Amino acid sequence: MGTDARPPPRQLAARLQRALGGGAGWKGFVLQLLFVILVAWIIYAVVDNVRTNLETQRIAAGFGFLTNNAGFDVNQTLIPYSQSDTYARVFVVGLLNTLLVSIIGIFFATLIGFLVGLGRLSPNWLLSRISGGYVELLRNIPLLFQILFWYLAVLGALPSPRQSISLFGVIFLSNRGLVVPTPIPQPGLEAVIAALLLAIAASLLLRFYARRQLFQSGRIMRIWPTIVGMLIGLPLLAALLFGVPFGFEIPKLRGFNFAGGSRVIPEFVALTVALSTYTGAFIAEVVRGGILAVHKGQMEAGSSLGLSRGATLRLIVVPQALRVILPPLTNQYLNLTKNSSLAVAIGYPDLVSVFAGTSLNQTGQAIEIIGITMGVYLLISLVTSAIMGFYNWRIGRSMGA
Amino acid sequence: MKRVSVVLALALAAGFSVPATAQTLKTVKDRGMLTCGVSQGLPGFSAPDDKGNWTGIDVDVCRAVAAAIFNDPTKVKYVPLSAKDRFTALQSGEIDLLSRNTTWTLSRDTTLGANFTGVTYYDGQGFMVKKSLKVNSALELNSASVCVQTGTTTEQNLADFFKSNNMKYEVVAFAGADETVKAYESGRCDAFTTDASGLYAYRLKMTNPADHVVLPEIISKEPLGPMVRHGDDQWFDIVKWVLFAMVDSEELGITQRNVDEMVKSDKPEVKRVLGTDGNFGEQLGLTKDWVVRIIKVVGNYGETFDRNVGAGSPLGIARGLNQLWNKGGIQYAPPIR
Repeated sequence: MGTDARPPPRQLAARLQRALGGGAGWKGFVLQLLFVILVAWIIYAVVDNVRTNLETQRIAAGFGFLTNNAGFDVNQTLIPYSQSDTYARVFVVGLLNTLLVSIIGIFFATLIGFLVGLGRLSPNWLLSRISGGYVELLRNIPLLFQILFWYLAVLGALPSPRQSISLFGVIFLSNRGLVVPTPIPQPGLEAVIAALLLAIAASLLLRFYARRQLFQSGRIMRIWPTIVGMLIGLPLLAALLFGVPFGFEIPKLRGFNFAGGSRVIPEFVALTVALSTYTGAFIAEVVRGGILAVHKGQMEAGSSLGLSRGATLRLIVVPQALRVILPPLTNQYLNLTKNSSLAVAIGYPDLVSVFAGTSLNQTGQAIEIIGITMGVYLLISLVTSAIMGFYNWRIGRSMGA
Repeated sequence: MKRVSVVLALALAAGFSVPATAQTLKTVKDRGMLTCGVSQGLPGFSAPDDKGNWTGIDVDVCRAVAAAIFNDPTKVKYVPLSAKDRFTALQSGEIDLLSRNTTWTLSRDTTLGANFTGVTYYDGQGFMVKKSLKVNSALELNSASVCVQTGTTTEQNLADFFKSNNMKYEVVAFAGADETVKAYESGRCDAFTTDASGLYAYRLKMTNPADHVVLPEIISKEPLGPMVRHGDDQWFDIVKWVLFAMVDSEELGITQRNVDEMVKSDKPEVKRVLGTDGNFGEQLGLTKDWVVRIIKVVGNYGETFDRNVGAGSPLGIARGLNQLWNKGGIQYAPPIR
């Protein structure tokens, strides 16, 4: 007999039994059902208990407070906000501030992490020792201390606005933050933007053409000088032809602070620097681990092909290492986002500070506000995970794994 | 701080909160200890001294309640709370009494599931600036950066003040009082704002108190008082009348020093207060000599004020509004009869 007999098709009931009860059969199913009922009952009991307790103690409940007037101000808002806006808007303001510091922090942490991680593996003795020292110093000091250090010791030592450090009389650095001129659009702006878009489109086309040349005839084209030339040259040409795209509002010292211009508050700088250098140290180790996980034969293969160390890393080792790096890298991104809630210590108006802080105190609705805040952090983390998961899946697919 | 409020909120959600008909007095007696929510260190109101004992006018309220119940002012467990966490701690039943320089407002009285029992200190919000700025009035603070602690009524008052005077400002809000003061001292802000009594208290903590000046404007009404949970009227009455008894005693001239002689007094009002006539203490669920116990330990309202925040303390704040009603102030207590 060359072939095995096909097993008889399983009956529906048996299949259902297996799906619902696992290996334990119907007994397992009953146990699972009981467990679900137990969990549902606990949730119900908690919710019911909360409602009864709040009612009997006459503590205000519900989400109606979100449409009430907040009545307080916030010193960094990405959307227009004034004290006559609602708590719902305070929530958005806080959320955007949290996202801002997280996204910028993640960007710099990744940059620092990859540089330091690669530096630690460098054959250059000094570079690898400095990178190693950086990692050990940064990851072994509690984050809160680092935030306070940047805020109080570094930025707190800056002079007052009246003695601020000035760059060309237009950029000012003081203990109130960095004040820079605000660009104001002029008529020439549209032409410059159009030229920039044109340059980007042309660059993409050129890159597409260069890749086809590479795959069809093996000819390597040096395209980056042309691209840089186009990206800078075309908008410059448009500006010359149609007039300057921006005017600038120069900040001036008026009263206690600078009037006009745009300001980066020191709380934001301290928090971003602390978060990205701290998380960068962890990412450096993740990157180092990922690269060491790639067999050293790959590196040797690269050099035997005549590729430089940089090119071997970029084209051969790092793409393979990414599969190992991504899951722990996601963890670090999530940590950074959650750690951003330490902002309250230095007065950066993030979600925890303005919503779970001031708003909670003014309304007294702890359960709702803490619930919303926890839900939002969960959501941010899940979205980050999902994005990284998708990226991981794409890498896995492109490598044929 | 965040973690504390999360834990407290969860405790509340999980229903550890006491039932509405809780008998706080019985719970406290069974426990043998009063748990009292205080600040994390505000000199004159509630702060640990160099020996680690809590002192201050808010602490004296806790001690007076403990004295009235146990005849022992030391039977108090102090729970230091941030401005943010204080109400949740009271709601969740972690403390029996909140005595933490808390402003009495309508929304706090109605939506927090708690009641204010009286006013221990009539305060108002003010500003402090560095002398070197040469600012003489809060109305000259246009475009200033102002440091403030979050989780207080202060932020709203600040916003209202600058808006109604058409002035611009930058608010920098910190979670803790110490961080706020530090940021102000380091020059991050031009001005620091909180209740005027707090300004005097924090000034003592600064490196160079003489470099700072409190501006004359008072921009809000801040009647500070203790709070108890809704749903236990007996406990509400006890805390309310402990404070009233201290004010009434000052009015009748009963002091820590003369209380033993005053017990022998035949003035009807004094006899009623000190329990030699009537059974007012028992009506509250306490003993006849409840006021004697209080006065022996903390003294009358005036003595407490002097010792903690007034002339006899480093703060040296004038009685002002907190003087008795018949001496030009507004401290007034209903009669014990």
